[in-house]
Amino acid sequence: MIVGEQTKIITLTIDGQQVEAKEGATVLEAAREAGIYIPTLCYHPSLTPYGACRLCIVEIESMRGFPTACTTPATEGMVIKTNTPQLQELRRNIFELILAEHPKQCLTCAKNLRCELQEVAARIGVEEISLPPIHKDLPVHQDNPFFERDYNLCILCGRCVRVCQEVRGIGAIAFTYRGSQALVGTAFDKSLQDSECQFCGACVDICPTGAIMERSSKWLGLPERSVRTTCPYCGVGCQLNLEVSGGRILQVSPVWENSVNEGQLCVKGRFGITEFVHHPHRLTTPLIRKKGELVEGTWEEALNIVAEKLTPYKGEHFAFMASAKCTNEENYLAQKFTRKVMQTNNIDHCARLCHSPTVAGLATSFGSGAMTNSINEIGGAACIFVIGSNTSSGHPVIALQIKRAARNGAKLIIANPLEIDLCRYADIWLRHMPGSDVALLMGMMKVILDENLADLRFVTECCDNFDAFRESVEDFDLDFVGKTTGVPREDIARAARLYATHKPAVILYAMGITQHSHGTDNVLATANLAMLTGNIGKPSTGVNPLRGQNNVQGACDMGALPNVYTGYQRVDNPDIQKKFEVDWRCSLSPKPGLTLTEMLDAAHNKHLAAMYIMGENPVLSDPDINHTREALSRLEFLVVQDMFLTETAQLADVVLPAASFAEKDGTFTNTERRVQRVRKAIEPLGESKPDWWIICQIAKKLGAQGFDFEHPSEVMEEIARLTPSYGGINYKRLEECGLQWPCPTEDHPGTPILHVGKFVRGLGRFTPLQYTPPAELPDGEYPLILTTGRSLYHYHTGTMTRKVAGLNILEPEGTVDISPADAASLKIDDGERVKVTSRRGEVIAKAKVTEKSPPGVVFMTFHFAESAANILTSPELDPIAKIPELKVCAVRIDKIK
Amino acid sequence: MDFKQLCEKATTEWQALWHGDKPVILVGLATCGMAVGASSVLKTIQDELTQRNIEAHIIPVGCIGLCYLEPLVDIVKPGHPRICYAQITPEKVLQLVEDYLLSDNPRPDIALGTFGDTSVEGIPKLFEHPMLKSQVRIATRNCGHINPEDINHYIANQGYNALNKVLKMRCEEVIEEVKKSGLRGRGGAGFPTWRKWDEASRSKATPKFVVCNADEGDPGAFMDRSVLEGDPHSILEGMIIAGYAIGTSKGYIYVRAEYPLAVRRLQIAIDQAREAGLLGDNILGSEFSFNIEIMQGAGAFVCGEGSALMYSIEGKRGMPRVRPPRSVASGLWGLPTSLNNVETFANIPPIIINGGEWFASYGTETSKGTKTFALTGKIARPGLIEVPMGMTLRQIIYDIGGGIPDNKPFKAVQTGGPSGGCLPEGLLDTPVDFETLAEAGSIMGSGGMVVMDKDTCMVDVARYFIAFCRDESCGKCVPCREGLPLMSDILEQITQGKGKPEDVERLVELGDTIMKGSLCGLGTTAPNPVLTSIRYFRSEWEAHVIEKKCPALVCKSLISFYILPEKCAGCGICLRACPVEAISGGKRLIHIIDQERCIKCGTCLEKCPERFSAVVKVTGEQVAVPEEPVPIAAQSSKM
Repeated sequence: MIVGEQTKIITLTIDGQQVEAKEGATVLEAAREAGIYIPTLCYHPSLTPYGACRLCIVEIESMRGFPTACTTPATEGMVIKTNTPQLQELRRNIFELILAEHPKQCLTCAKNLRCELQEVAARIGVEEISLPPIHKDLPVHQDNPFFERDYNLCILCGRCVRVCQEVRGIGAIAFTYRGSQALVGTAFDKSLQDSECQFCGACVDICPTGAIMERSSKWLGLPERSVRTTCPYCGVGCQLNLEVSGGRILQVSPVWENSVNEGQLCVKGRFGITEFVHHPHRLTTPLIRKKGELVEGTWEEALNIVAEKLTPYKGEHFAFMASAKCTNEENYLAQKFTRKVMQTNNIDHCARLCHSPTVAGLATSFGSGAMTNSINEIGGAACIFVIGSNTSSGHPVIALQIKRAARNGAKLIIANPLEIDLCRYADIWLRHMPGSDVALLMGMMKVILDENLADLRFVTECCDNFDAFRESVEDFDLDFVGKTTGVPREDIARAARLYATHKPAVILYAMGITQHSHGTDNVLATANLAMLTGNIGKPSTGVNPLRGQNNVQGACDMGALPNVYTGYQRVDNPDIQKKFEVDWRCSLSPKPGLTLTEMLDAAHNKHLAAMYIMGENPVLSDPDINHTREALSRLEFLVVQDMFLTETAQLADVVLPAASFAEKDGTFTNTERRVQRVRKAIEPLGESKPDWWIICQIAKKLGAQGFDFEHPSEVMEEIARLTPSYGGINYKRLEECGLQWPCPTEDHPGTPILHVGKFVRGLGRFTPLQYTPPAELPDGEYPLILTTGRSLYHYHTGTMTRKVAGLNILEPEGTVDISPADAASLKIDDGERVKVTSRRGEVIAKAKVTEKSPPGVVFMTFHFAESAANILTSPELDPIAKIPELKVCAVRIDKIK
Repeated sequence: MDFKQLCEKATTEWQALWHGDKPVILVGLATCGMAVGASSVLKTIQDELTQRNIEAHIIPVGCIGLCYLEPLVDIVKPGHPRICYAQITPEKVLQLVEDYLLSDNPRPDIALGTFGDTSVEGIPKLFEHPMLKSQVRIATRNCGHINPEDINHYIANQGYNALNKVLKMRCEEVIEEVKKSGLRGRGGAGFPTWRKWDEASRSKATPKFVVCNADEGDPGAFMDRSVLEGDPHSILEGMIIAGYAIGTSKGYIYVRAEYPLAVRRLQIAIDQAREAGLLGDNILGSEFSFNIEIMQGAGAFVCGEGSALMYSIEGKRGMPRVRPPRSVASGLWGLPTSLNNVETFANIPPIIINGGEWFASYGTETSKGTKTFALTGKIARPGLIEVPMGMTLRQIIYDIGGGIPDNKPFKAVQTGGPSGGCLPEGLLDTPVDFETLAEAGSIMGSGGMVVMDKDTCMVDVARYFIAFCRDESCGKCVPCREGLPLMSDILEQITQGKGKPEDVERLVELGDTIMKGSLCGLGTTAPNPVLTSIRYFRSEWEAHVIEKKCPALVCKSLISFYILPEKCAGCGICLRACPVEAISGGKRLIHIIDQERCIKCGTCLEKCPERFSAVVKVTGEQVAVPEEPVPIAAQSSKM
C-alpha cells in the first residue's frame, strides 16, 4: 500500500449481517472478510475476477438474475443474500455439471485431500450426481521435465491461463478450441518446451485440481509438514515452503502472503531445490588431502588439521573468502573468526565481483550502499528505467513487478546492448554499446537540464556539489553521446523526457552497471540522475541495485568485507575498533584487508599462504580462470567448505562438508534489505554440518573465546548488539515477517524506503563524471566484444542448478550468442561449435545465432565449466571498488577446423 | 470541396443518370442475388449491350428485400418509369434487350412492378406488391436503389446531410435527438441507444471508441448483411455521428469474414468517404476527426456478444466477460466504448434529419420505429423486410410473407435466432416488440424469423438449435459449456427413440440451470427453443418419449417407410432408386422394404409414381406386408 492512501469503508448487508468492506472490494471479498463462505473455483486473489465457474452466484436486491460475487463490486448499502434455497439449488446444479465431466476416482488421484473440488463438494453438500458421466479420455501431457498436465482433471477455471498471462506476462498457455471441446493448451498444440513457457510452475501452484502436478512429487503423498524459508538462489529472497516427509523435501511451494514474491517463484526456486539438496554428489564427510589425493576423514581429524595448519599463518598471510550464499550469522562468524582469531582484515566475498561499486558509489552519493526502495513499490511507479539488468533472467520475480507496472500503463525504458525479454514491454529500448553507460546517463541528464525538466528545488534543498556536476554534464552533448553509445540522439532525448516527466520514476540496475573498470562511475551516474529529478526518498522511486546472490546484501552487512565490520562500520575508525575490541575481548587491526581480487594476486605472488574459502567457487566465478587456479595452487594451505566438490574444492587441502540451506537455521538479507528467516526443514545430510557450526569449531580448536553458540539466534543477538542498523532485529520478530534495515530498535518497524526527507549522509552528493571507455576494446586481432550474464535456468557457477536434471534438459550447455551479421561474415551456422579466444585463454562453445546480440557483440553466460566464460574475461579493475570488468573484453571467434 | 459542393456534384450526377439519354439498368448484386446467378445475369447484360452496341448505365444495387424473386433487374428507359423484373435468367436478359431496349415492349409478362407514379399498362405498381405494401423502410431506405459502391448516390439521397447537420449541433443535442426517437439497440438486447451514448460521452477516460457490431452470426439472419451490402455509407454516417456525440475519433467495424462482399463494400465506402472529407481528420472542415477501421471476425458466433467482440478486436480469444463494468465504462482496451449494431447506426441519419419524434411516431409505446426481419423457413415469400414495431406475427407471416407454401398448416415461428423461442399458432397475434416477445418466452434478437409448418418436428428443431449453441459456446462458463452438451445428448436420444419420459423434465431443469447460471447472452438464452417448444408443443414431446412417435414424421429413428401391398404396381422404380438395395421385388411382384436395411432416406416415397402412391411414411405403427415378394395377382386373390 502506498503511504498516505486512505481507503473509504462502506457498509453493506450480507445474509442479514451488517458488514464493512473497503471501497473497491468485490462482494466476494467483502463476504470473505466477514467470514461468510461463498464457494468459488475460478477465483483467485492474485488474479482479476473471471466469473466462469458460476459457483459464487448471489442474489442482490435491485439487481436482476444471479450476479457473481467475484465480479460484482460491493457498494454502500447493498443487500446481498448468499444462501437462499434457490441459490443453493442452482449452485448444486452447476456444481453437478462440473462433476459430470470430472473423473470421480478421488482415491487414486494425486491431488486427493488437497483438491478444491473436494472442498467445495463438502461445503455445498452434493447428495448425488445424477448426470451421465462424460469421459474426455485425453492423453496426459508429459512434455517437460517438471510437471504433468492431465486435462481429464481440468475444470477449465482458467486460473493457469490467467496466472501465466496476467501475473507472469508470458501467455504460454491459453484456451484452445471451444465449447465442450475447450482445452487449455499451447499455441498450435506445441510442446511446452517449444512454447514460451519458462517453467515457473505458477500454473502448478494455482491449479485447484490435479490437472497440473509436479512430476517428481506427484505420487509421494501428502507432506508431513511444510517449513517456510527463503529461497537460496538470487537476491530477491522469495518466500517458499519446503514440503517435507520422512527427512526428504518432496516439493517446494510458494508462500502467498508476503510482499516479496506474493506467491510467485521462478523455475530455479520452484523446481531447482529438491534435487540439489538431495543430490548424491553432496559431500557427506570431510575430505583430507593425503599423498596428493583427497580422502575421507573424520571431523575430529579434519578440524585438527585445519587448526594446526592455520595457526602459523595468523596475520597478513591468511585470507578468508566468505560467501554470499551463506547466512548472515555464518558471515558474521567468518569475519569475527578472521578478525579476532586470525588477526587480519583479509576477508571478502563475491560481492566484490558484483556490487562493490554499488556499495562504494551509493555510499558516496547517498550515504548508504543499498537498494533505496522496496520490491513491491516497483509496480506503483509511473516510469521504470532498467539499465544493465536482464531482470527476467537474473531476478525473474522482480521482473513480474515491472511487467505488471508496464501493463498498468507505466513507461518502461530499457537500456541494454542485448535484446532482453523485457524489451517486449518497453516504451523505449536504448541499445547502447557495452561500457558506454556513463555517456548514456550523462547525455540524458544534459537533456533534462537543457529542457528544464530537473527538480531544481530538490537539488538545491537536499543535495550538494551540483555546480561541479553541472559543469561536467556540459561535455555530454548528444552528438558525442550518440556517437559513443551508438544510440540515436532522439531516443536518448525521449528517454530522458520520459524519465524526468513521469513520476514517480524508479531506476533498477544490476551487473551491467557494476562490472566495469569504471563501475563506480556508472553507479554514481545513476545516483546523479535520480537526484536530478527528485526521484529519491519517495515511494516507487530511487536507485535500486538488484543484488545477485541470495545473501550478498547480508554478507556485506555482516562485514564480510576487508574495510568494514558489520553495518559498514569502518575498521579504520578507532571508536569502532574499540567497540569491537571490547565486545570481542581482543585487539583488532585497523588496517583494511585485501579485496578478493587482491587476495588472488597476493596468493599468486605468495604473499598469502593460507586461505579459507566458504561456499564460493572462485575458479569459475572470477575473471581469468587460469590465473585464479594458479594462484590457489600456490597456497601453502587451502581449506574449502562447500556442499559439493566444486572446481575450487578440488584444489583444497581439506574440504569440509557443509549443510544446505534446508538443513539449518539462519537469516538471509535480500536485495531490498529485508532480513528473512531461513529455517531448518531436514537434518543435515550425512555428516555435513552447518557452516556456522564448522567455523565455531575451528575457532575453538584455535583456542578462541566467543564462539560458543548453540543456535544462530544467539549469533543474531550479538549482531544486533554490535550493529546499529540491525539493532532491533531478533528471531522472535522475524517469526512474523521480514524486517528491512535500518531497524535500530526493537520497536522500530523497519525501513522500506531510505533517504526519506533527508539523505543518510545528510545532503545527497552530486559527482562530476567523465566518460572512460572500457579497458579492453576490440581491435584487429580480437574484433568482438564479449559480454557475460546469466540465464534464467542456471545460477552462478552451476554448483546447484547443474545438479538438477530438468534444468539441464531445458538448458544443457552454454552458448556464445552471436548476431546474424557477425555469424554470416564468419561463416558460422547456428549450433556450430566455435572457439572463442581472448588475450587470456580460449573456450569451445556452441554458437547461437540470434538477433538478441547486436553486431560486434557476443554474449556468454558463466554457468558452465565446460565453456567457462571467465577463462576469457578481463581482470581489469575498477580503481575504487576493485571489481573486474566482467562485462567487456575483446575476443575473437574462430571456426573449428 | 465543402458539403454544399459535394451535394451539388452528387445531385447533378444522380439527376443526369436518371434523366439522361441512356437507359439505366439496375442489377441486384447482393449475396442473395449472387447466390441465384446475378453475376451471370450481369455478365450477359454487359456482353449483350456491347455486342448490340447499346450504351447504357449498368448499376449494381443491393437487396431490396424480395430475395425469393432474385435475380432482380430494373430497367429505366429514358422517359419511362423504372420497371422491376424478377427471377431474371441470362435468357430473359436477351429477351428484354431485344423486346424492351431495342423495341418498346416492356414485357408485362415477366415484369414485377413499376416504381413511381407513372404506370405502365399491364404492370402493377411495385410497392403495391403484398410483400412491400405494409413495409416502412428506414434502415433499408437506400437498399436496392443506389449503387453501394458510389458515394455520390448516397449523398444524392440525403446522405451525410445528417452528419453535416450534427457538426453544427452540440453533443448533448445529438444525444437528445436520439433519446427522443426512442431508438433501442437493434442487435437484440434493446438497450436504449441514447443511454449508451450519453454514458460514454460523460466518461472522462480517453480515448473512447465507437464500435459497430456487424458480426451477424444467427443462422437464417441476414438483416445486417443487406444493409452492409446495400447501403454501407448509412452505417458509416451513423458511426461518425455517434463518434461526434460521445467525443471520440476512433471507430471499428467488426464484421464477420464470411461476409466478403460486405467487407469489400465497406472498405470502398470508407475510402470514398475519406476522399470526400467526410471521414478522417477535420471532417468537412470542422474540428472533429473520425476514423474507421474494419476488423474481420474469425468465425466464432460468440464474438457477436459485445465483450467477446471487443476481446477479439484486441487480438485476444473471443470470450465474454461478466458485466459490470459495461463496455461504455470499460470496453475496448478497458476504455469507454459504445457498441451498436449495424441497423442501429443505419437508423441514425434519418433520425437526425427528420427528428426523433418522426421516428418515434412508428412503433409501440416502448419499442419505437421499425425493425428489419429476415423472413425464412416454410414461407411463401422469404426475404428481408422492415416493418413498424408492433406489427403482429400473423401480419408479417401471412400478409407480407404470403403464408405457408402449399397451404400447409402453420406450426411455429422462431424469432431471434438460434436461441429464440418457438411460438405456436395461438400466439400469432402477438405484436412484435421487445417486451411482448420476451413475455411469450422468445426474444427479438437481431431479427431472424424462421417459419415452420406441420412437417417440422419441434423436438428435432430444438435438437438442431441446441447443437448449434453447443458448438458455438466459447467454453468459459460451466453451465453453458457443460450443460448444452448434456441437453444435446438427451435431445439426440429422444429423436432416436431412446428417450425416457423423465427426460423432458430433465431438459427443463438443465435449461433452467443454464439460463440462470450462464455468464453471457449465449448461455442465458440457448435453452429457449427447447423450453418454449416443451411449453407450447408438449404433446409432441410426449409422443417422442412415451409413444416413441414423431408426429411430424421427421425423426428417422421413429419413422418407417412401407410399400402398401394393395397399391404397389410392381414397376421396380423404387427398387432401382433405393441407394441401399433395401427393396426386394421383381416385375409384377409386390415390392417389400427391408426395414433393417432401410436408411429412411425417403427416395422410394419420392420416386413412387403419383398414380400409384404406394409408399407411405408412418410413425409408431406397422403396416402389414407379405413376407416376401409375391405376384400382385396372387396377393390380391389372397386378400
